[in-house]
Amino acid sequence: MAVTRTETLPIRTGDDVVRVRQRVRALAVEIGLGLVDQTKIVTAASELARNTLDYGGGGDVMAEIVQAGARLGLRLTFDDQGPGIADIEQAMTDHYTSGGGLGLGLGGAKRLSNEFHIASMPGKGTRVTIARWK
Amino acid sequence: MDRIPILKLGGVLIVTIQVDMHDRLALALEEDLTAMIVRTGARGVLIEISALEIVDSFIGRMLVSIAAVSRVLDAETVVAGMRPAVAITLVELGLELTGIKTALNVERGMALVQAGLSEEDDGHGSDRGRYED
Repeated sequence: MAVTRTETLPIRTGDDVVRVRQRVRALAVEIGLGLVDQTKIVTAASELARNTLDYGGGGDVMAEIVQAGARLGLRLTFDDQGPGIADIEQAMTDHYTSGGGLGLGLGGAKRLSNEFHIASMPGKGTRVTIARWK
Repeated sequence: MDRIPILKLGGVLIVTIQVDMHDRLALALEEDLTAMIVRTGARGVLIEISALEIVDSFIGRMLVSIAAVSRVLDAETVVAGMRPAVAITLVELGLELTGIKTALNVERGMALVQAGLSEEDDGHGSDRGRYED
């Protein structure tokens, strides 16, 4: 799998979450994702960007256009240096929330993506990677 | 700060969301709608979202919260015009718009709100009507 382009966006404010959505939309259009797939990856990105902001204390997202054979994909990696997640299995459960949210962010983002990976270390931060393929 | 305009038509407040919602805007809308329900005595709220490209759990929570507060203030909320791709995504996300009535478009949404209002006018359509008599 080859990475054909990479860009990084900050996630520090609510406005940044809006900017991430807009940029992810533009990249999804660029690689030719259909409307429903665009909507899914943008929604997943919105959930994860908000997690980065609300639970991770801010961070950034790396957006990559990836290619495997003839297939193009969009891969997003959300990074924060927040408190981390002690029990990832619990955090992935629908309606579990450590804050004031609905607790759909992680599980929802996983369902909306073709690939999902999460790594977290308590006290160090959290990294969530999703991908959607054309 | 930007605010989303709220129109009043008869006993119904109408909001069209045409911008990408961010936190402050969502909170301002909830506050403005609540204040306007009290000020105008509106019995229905119609929120038109055909311009929204996504509904994530944040926006979903805002809609559920507006509907819940409106209901406490004796007004019913209808959300109209959700795009098909948004509806598909919403279901996969696992978001339930608890307590919200939905309509395919603004015309049907208006009909739904008004059906609720006229039901109450004849005094036996709902609990609210009975208690008021």
